[in-house]
Amino acid sequence: MSEPLVKIQSLSKRFDTPGGFLKKRRSMLAVRDVSLSIARGDIVGVVGESGCGKSTLARLVLRLIEPTEGAVCFEGADLTQLSRSELRKMRQRMAMVFQDPYSSLDPRYRVADALAEPFVVQGQRVPHGRIDALMEKVGLPASLTQSYPHQLSGGQRQRVGIARALALNPDFIVLDEPTASLDVSIQAQIVSLIQELQRNLDLTYLFISHDLGLVRYFCNRIVVMYLGAVVEELPDPGAAPRHPYTRALMASTFAPNPNARQEATELTGEIPSGFDLPRGCAFAGRCPNVTAKCRETVPVLSRGPHPVACFHPIQG
Amino acid sequence: MLLRVKNLSVSIGTLTLLEGVSFDLAKGEIMGLVGESGSGKSLTALALTGLLPLIGGRVTAGSLEFDGTDMVTQPKRKLRALRGRRIAFITQNPMTALDPVQRIGPQVDFVSRTHLGLDRKAARARTIALLTQLRIPQADAICSSYPHQLSGGMKQRIVIAMALAGDPDLIVADEPTTALDVTVQAQIIHLLTRLVRERGLSLVLITHDMGVVAQACDKVAVLYAGRLAEQKPVHALFASPQHPYSAALIDCIPREGMAPGSLTGIPGNVASATAYPSGCRFHPRCPRAGAGCDTKVPVQRGLSDAGTVACHYPLNGAPDV
Ligand SMILES: Nc1ncnc2c1ncn2[C@@H]1O[C@H](COP(=O)(O)OP(=O)(O)OP(=O)(O)O)[C@@H](O)[C@H]1O
Ligand SMILES: Nc1ncnc2c1ncn2[C@@H]1O[C@H](COP(=O)(O)OP(=O)(O)O)[C@@H](O)[C@H]1O
Ligand code: SF4
Ligand SMILES: [Mg+2]
Ligand SMILES: [Mg+2]
Repeated sequence: MSEPLVKIQSLSKRFDTPGGFLKKRRSMLAVRDVSLSIARGDIVGVVGESGCGKSTLARLVLRLIEPTEGAVCFEGADLTQLSRSELRKMRQRMAMVFQDPYSSLDPRYRVADALAEPFVVQGQRVPHGRIDALMEKVGLPASLTQSYPHQLSGGQRQRVGIARALALNPDFIVLDEPTASLDVSIQAQIVSLIQELQRNLDLTYLFISHDLGLVRYFCNRIVVMYLGAVVEELPDPGAAPRHPYTRALMASTFAPNPNARQEATELTGEIPSGFDLPRGCAFAGRCPNVTAKCRETVPVLSRGPHPVACFHPIQG
Repeated sequence: MLLRVKNLSVSIGTLTLLEGVSFDLAKGEIMGLVGESGSGKSLTALALTGLLPLIGGRVTAGSLEFDGTDMVTQPKRKLRALRGRRIAFITQNPMTALDPVQRIGPQVDFVSRTHLGLDRKAARARTIALLTQLRIPQADAICSSYPHQLSGGMKQRIVIAMALAGDPDLIVADEPTTALDVTVQAQIIHLLTRLVRERGLSLVLITHDMGVVAQACDKVAVLYAGRLAEQKPVHALFASPQHPYSAALIDCIPREGMAPGSLTGIPGNVASATAYPSGCRFHPRCPRAGAGCDTKVPVQRGLSDAGTVACHYPLNGAPDV
């Protein structure tokens, strides 16, 4: 097997909230010991519910924030060890599409300026015709280059976000819930665009979403996160879930088929706060298969083709 | 029929935002009201609950009959009595229904005390029973907490409890789970529809998710740009959508085993109320648009499968141009 394009090794991120008058200083592990290899041309999906650490992982992978522990290697080079100038160079090869297209675009910048920004950051001149070419790539009319973000629809704004990510011809793009704020009709447009770009430009994706149905349609490998840690890696999108949480996520996706009505999930309760993680398995409080051992000991992600972090995985 | 909506039109100022919407709802039925954002779902909800004046809107044509009474011509006082007692409303944001400075218990009690005339003790017993049915652990303790101490999912359950507390005949729920996490969304949709069915209530469930419609509803009304595109029993809609917009919306949801590249979405953007296209408002985005679509407004016509559709070139029917 050739070297992975991106190798994430035991990444952890701790956030501390400063104490104050009558307030305890608290700290939480937003990402806990996450490892992942991404081969060139791969589309790896990350799913999980709100607050499970998806955006934090995304920002760690591109070193937009510093990890508390662990490393990210891009073609073998450890990003966390690079100097500023080396990192900036490396950054041309990777890009990010953000969760909320509205807040990721500066309201005072016209579309053309937003698309020129990556070149400016790199100290480069914008190649002649590049802006129009980018617009065309993402299916936007060139006439919109002079518009401001508020004059665009949500879908158009997200297309601008994608065009900006493509500006420097990256190899690797992290997409953080690129369709979460859009109507399903527009979500499907954007997903179809992202798929086409991946094929035509030979891109590698880390695609983050809370929608397991979407990720199963779109990705060839899926990582499921719960409260900062990976609980399961599905080797292919059709793989049957082995972790009870993955199964619950699957049962929570409403299939558009009235002839196959689903039963309610056996899940109870809601996600606990990351500030007071339970001692054993983080999912123990909601899990239908929980035993005494689960409440005492933290399960580790198993090795092999279909890793799962559970003492009582579902047998296939 | 518990509810009969006939040719309903709604305006704010000079802008007509809802036009000629008709549907019926029988006792015990769950109807999904679906469409992209801006299609008029929330306006329909406000019309059904008599709350249009809140946003400066008014019914400009048509009728809205609830259990034999026309709500459009009712005096405000009568409307207010209907709402809460016989018609309950659940919105996307639970804080529109909850008072942030009052404890949960008294807020839920209040509904059955005013509408059912229960005394303090009976009302509290009813509250506890409802919260328990909504799978809220330690209902007792929750009663003495304030809204801000609860998660979004928990707050929405409280609002559902309030809706059920007055023993209404109809519940209108406007995207009640959109702001919540997926597993919590699923739990709440399952709980709400189960409790509604057990009690034989009617529910208008507004959603933009065809998956929710397929799983939870008996019938569906599909709105596009302020007009009704198609309505029919849920099985018929999914087996053979007649309106190109219904078909396209269904195809926007990834399905098990869907071929890569088959999810394409609906081209273009939702029409804006200030610039609705002529003729069929869907025509600029429609794959079947043909002669007449850009000039003639399609009218609702009956279908063999117990529904109606407004399209000149429906998928499985005779064209009407
Ligand atoms: N800068 C920060 N300071 C303190 N805590 C943070 C910070 N950023 C994130 N967190 C916390 O870390 C956890 C993970 O957050 P993150 O944004 O990565 O979640 P997410 O999975 O992307 O959620 P969502 O689906 O809502 O986008 C959350 O509990 C969040 O409150
Ligand atoms: N208070 C308001 N003032 C002006 N226009 C409004 C108001 N509320 C809704 N609209 C318009 O009415 C149309 C339908 O809106 P709405 O019912 O909220 O749609 P939905 O709930 O389907 O997303 C939209 O074009 C919207 O912009
Ligand atoms: S009337 Fe014409 S444009 Fe409208 S949905 Fe039917 S075919 Fe499409
Ligand atoms: Mg996020
Ligand atoms: Mg709405």
